[in-house]
Amino acid sequence: MSTAQIEIQLIAALAAMACAIPGVFLVLRKMAMISDAISHSILPGLVVGFFITQDLNSPWLILLAAVTGVLTVVLVEFIQKTRLVKEDTAIGLVFPALFSVGVILIAQNANDVHLDIDAVLLGELAFAPFDRLLVGNLDLGPKSLWVIGSILLLSLSLLILFFKELKMSTFDKGLATSLGFSPLLIHYGLMSVSSVTIVGAFDAVGAVLVVALIIAPAATAYLLTNSLKKMLVLSLLFGVFSALVGYWLAHWLDASIAGSMTSVLGVLFLLVFLFAPKQGVISAIFKEKQQRKEVSLLVFLLHLQNHEDPRERHVNHLQEHINWHRIQAKTVVDLAQKNNLIEIENQVINLSEKGLQFTEEALKYITTNKPTAIEDLKNKFFLFRG
Amino acid sequence: MNVKNEKLAIKIDDLTVAYDYKPVLWDIDLKIPEGVLMAIVGPNGAGKSTLIKAILGIIKPIAGSVKIFGKPYKTQRAKVAYVPQKGTVDWDFPTTALDVVMMGTYGSLGWIKRPGQAQRKSALEALEKVGMLAFKNRQISQLSGGQQQRIFLARALVQNASIYFMDEPFQGVDATTERAIIKILKELRDAGKTLIVVHHDLQTVPEYFNWVTFLNVKGIASGPVKDIFNDDNLTKTYGINYKVAINP
Ligand SMILES: Nc1ncnc2c1ncn2[C@@H]1O[C@H](COP(=O)(O)OP(=O)(O)O)[C@@H](O)[C@H]1O
Ligand SMILES: [Mg+2]
Repeated sequence: MSTAQIEIQLIAALAAMACAIPGVFLVLRKMAMISDAISHSILPGLVVGFFITQDLNSPWLILLAAVTGVLTVVLVEFIQKTRLVKEDTAIGLVFPALFSVGVILIAQNANDVHLDIDAVLLGELAFAPFDRLLVGNLDLGPKSLWVIGSILLLSLSLLILFFKELKMSTFDKGLATSLGFSPLLIHYGLMSVSSVTIVGAFDAVGAVLVVALIIAPAATAYLLTNSLKKMLVLSLLFGVFSALVGYWLAHWLDASIAGSMTSVLGVLFLLVFLFAPKQGVISAIFKEKQQRKEVSLLVFLLHLQNHEDPRERHVNHLQEHINWHRIQAKTVVDLAQKNNLIEIENQVINLSEKGLQFTEEALKYITTNKPTAIEDLKNKFFLFRG
Repeated sequence: MNVKNEKLAIKIDDLTVAYDYKPVLWDIDLKIPEGVLMAIVGPNGAGKSTLIKAILGIIKPIAGSVKIFGKPYKTQRAKVAYVPQKGTVDWDFPTTALDVVMMGTYGSLGWIKRPGQAQRKSALEALEKVGMLAFKNRQISQLSGGQQQRIFLARALVQNASIYFMDEPFQGVDATTERAIIKILKELRDAGKTLIVVHHDLQTVPEYFNWVTFLNVKGIASGPVKDIFNDDNLTKTYGINYKVAINP
């Protein structure tokens, strides 16, 4: 690998990580689309900032653009508060307006500004290593590496310091208010960090793809865990993964790096959506089947316990007595047998010792409905999975 | 009712609250003595939730004042706990029952400081108290309505407050849980705490509460259940004759 290649991957990975952090909270606050609005409406801020600073990586330009981002949020919320339109409509009204101001500004000053719409939309990660930070004769590496690195450091520090506040105000704004934390302050803090991050990452990956970097890792992680900390860690990992795999995919296909990163994120999300152990589509189907099987097993065992008459417990009569299809009856009998819950003698089914114990406990659960009994039974159920 | 000022947990004067310039609470005067278990009753949209939110500073009133133990709420936060009405939190949030209960300790921690072993311990104790210890690692959406309500009660318990506000804690809750919750509330009252509960089931008011406030945009009456919980006030509040509903 050449130095430039390593640098590009580093920038991509840092950008993805920087985006993942505010992304988690935006997704949880159901505000993912606001990142889309910010990413577009910062354009006029960038252009004006560029007129003033003449440097695409100047901290002032980033700050100015970020202010435009926060302004977008304020405008959207203001329009929304009038209750004349819904939030998505408000977003749709604000950002095209600001974006078009930016486009006009660029077009009007095309000769002076080294900004072109393609770069704005798609970024130019591949060129990032050419723009270097020089102090005297000392080469400190690509400028955008420093920019995005600082932003990541900033949002990581803020995350660690204010994790508790972010969590509580995202989960329960009322509690946060009544305990004396200002959810409004936290909200605008988050919006400011999001804006700064979007501006910083924007240079590398462009306006459209920065949205994917914000939303996709968080949305994917959301399907995999019940813990906010794990969700953050997973989002960071997914971000880095998409950066590295995306880079080599682009290299191999000779395609846009940012585009490949986004594709990797899309595929990742799809895979998790289908195969996630708890909330995935396939596991949901499997779980439902499993549950149906478990309930059938319970019904079957209780039937056996209830009926002394051997005729009721004859293998061939089972079908008509509990009114099951042959296949279902066979599955359940097999499952019961595999778990040593029943014994079959001369075609007549008897509950085994274990089966008797189990039905007794199941009855206890059904009649008392105590939470602890449910837990015990659930543990038992897992033992029974065939 | 002659309640001496120094014994007041809450004193509200001329409180008016509006959403978008439409007043939903008009000129409320209310004195709640310390150590009562009080029901707030009134029809849907009467402003019961709004009253609690205004007391807690979640909504800014357009006029009036609220004093908690004689001082503004801002200085008294540590003494107040709040169980919101169901549905005001994000149930799909990636967090566990224990985690939610721990949030009750955040107020005493203040900004930045992180919860530690002491906070965890008191959260576990509160979970035990409401009979939910076995569920401490459950994601909150995987709990039944009654279980969720117990979690929020536990969260209020760890706040170790002097005044508890609860907005319809029995909504969507089974009879067992309702009895368990009211038992804990009565224990808290007997320990000298003040509890203010938005309540819908008029039948159980005399059994559960010893103080009641009738509210319908305006304050209608407030006092001991045995003195003021009568058909007259119910009719004034609900606008229909409640004789049949209340008298057995
Ligand atoms: N966030 C809000 N914005 C606008 N109006 C609201 C809001 N919340 C409540 N209201 C209105 O205020 C009135 C009182 O509501 P609320 O306090 O929730 O009543 P209650 O709890 O007694 O049912 C209702 O008419 C309701 O529609
Ligand atoms: Mg209400």
